[in-house]
Amino acid sequence: MNLRAVGKAALLLALAAAGIRFIYRKRCRIEVYASMYVYGIKSLGVITVVAVFTGMILALNTGIAMRDFHQEAHIGTAVMVSMLREMGPFMTGLILAACVGSAMAAQLGTMVVSEEIAALEIMSIDPIRFLVMPRLMAMCVMTPLLSFYTCIMGVIGGGIVGKQLLDVPWDIYFDNALRWAKNKDLFVGMFKAFLFGVIITTVSCYEGFATTHGAVGVGAATRKAVIICFLAILITGLLVTGLFYY
Amino acid sequence: MIEFRNVTKMLGGRAVLDGVSFHVEQGETFVIVGSSGVGKSVTLKHMVRLFRPDEGEVLVDGESISRATGSRLEKMREQFGYLFQGGALLAWLTVAENVALPLREKTALSNDEILKRVRETLKLVGLENDGHKHPSEISGGMQKRAGLARAIVRQARIVLYDEPTSGLDPVTSRAIDALIEGMRRELGVTSVVVTHDLHSALSIGARIAMLHGGKMIECAAPEDFVRSSRPEVRAFLESQFITKRGAWERIIQ
Repeated sequence: MNLRAVGKAALLLALAAAGIRFIYRKRCRIEVYASMYVYGIKSLGVITVVAVFTGMILALNTGIAMRDFHQEAHIGTAVMVSMLREMGPFMTGLILAACVGSAMAAQLGTMVVSEEIAALEIMSIDPIRFLVMPRLMAMCVMTPLLSFYTCIMGVIGGGIVGKQLLDVPWDIYFDNALRWAKNKDLFVGMFKAFLFGVIITTVSCYEGFATTHGAVGVGAATRKAVIICFLAILITGLLVTGLFYY
Repeated sequence: MIEFRNVTKMLGGRAVLDGVSFHVEQGETFVIVGSSGVGKSVTLKHMVRLFRPDEGEVLVDGESISRATGSRLEKMREQFGYLFQGGALLAWLTVAENVALPLREKTALSNDEILKRVRETLKLVGLENDGHKHPSEISGGMQKRAGLARAIVRQARIVLYDEPTSGLDPVTSRAIDALIEGMRRELGVTSVVVTHDLHSALSIGARIAMLHGGKMIECAAPEDFVRSSRPEVRAFLESQFITKRGAWERIIQ
């Protein structure tokens, strides 16, 4: 993605954001709700599995290390802070980039190839307002919510490992977890997730619209969208953490 | 009504259109024929500014659509209906929703009026019982007819057809021809048709133009077109067995 493409993607985002003023239209609202269901609710299954296992792995790794110092009772704190600050939004972002970002790029790419976008233009229907805006709205709402859900499931997963493998009782695990959970961690995590939602939608829609060369082009656009989303999520995560905690 | 003035368009390093000039009169059915890849669809796309010419310009009612932007372009495009080769229906909407889309998005009609107009239009193209189906549930020919319904539902003044009969059975093809001719006769619709189907071209076209090598090498009434002495036109006619006088006369009649 060169500088020109970054500029075009930014313009796409600005136009989609400007299209939010049409949200009062019933048809727009229906599209937003439909997108929230497809991109959010339908991702719950995979997110639940990944979140629980992420929490388990975090708890096991920190628990084993802390057991040497007889501090395994504090794994709740480690899991909670890691999930809220970093792993929750990060894992959510990666899953949505892989599942939702690829689907967006493929769908819009196919629409370009089959001239559906051109048909919208001829009908004087703005494709960005009609197609990108509902997706952007849906992702801006659903990504932070899913990130919060990932944190909860991760903490539960950590608790399971704590109880079963490290003999940390539930009440101590959750007491430690909640005692050290700060509002700032939660809000920074949600902010990160919001940014990830914006990035995934912008990059995927841009790559979809830029599709050329038929079915091969759709495949290439999808692959490119996922790779760029992954990289952008990593870089943004680092920058936001640095901004709030460094 | 539509005028091409020395339009040149380069695609992939090749001049697909090389100084093409012609005009389409109001209420006329203008047919463009030619081999695959000679720029027929590109010509059509210039008329609605899906493409911009590298040189020259395209005028609609004396105003340059090539230079129009924003709301002016939107206004100019509202006069057009466009039937794409594959129908270009939105996959997640039903056939009826696809047809209703331009009315819902661009007019202030009530829901009842929209439904009435959609029913009438679907009946016109023979899809009155298929409005509830999704594009993936109907055949390619039906998709094309649904695309046609969407193109004409807003009662466009100019309808552009990109291979309206390709992939259709002969009976449906003739029905589409009759529909194009009926719209011209009854509603005064101006039509520009891109096709390979000479039978269709001869039966509906007031004038037929042939593109070859980026140039418009022939543009004439059907009777004159079939008598053209240009080797490219002769070869095109021979490829579809329309060289004997009796054959083309019957079609034109």
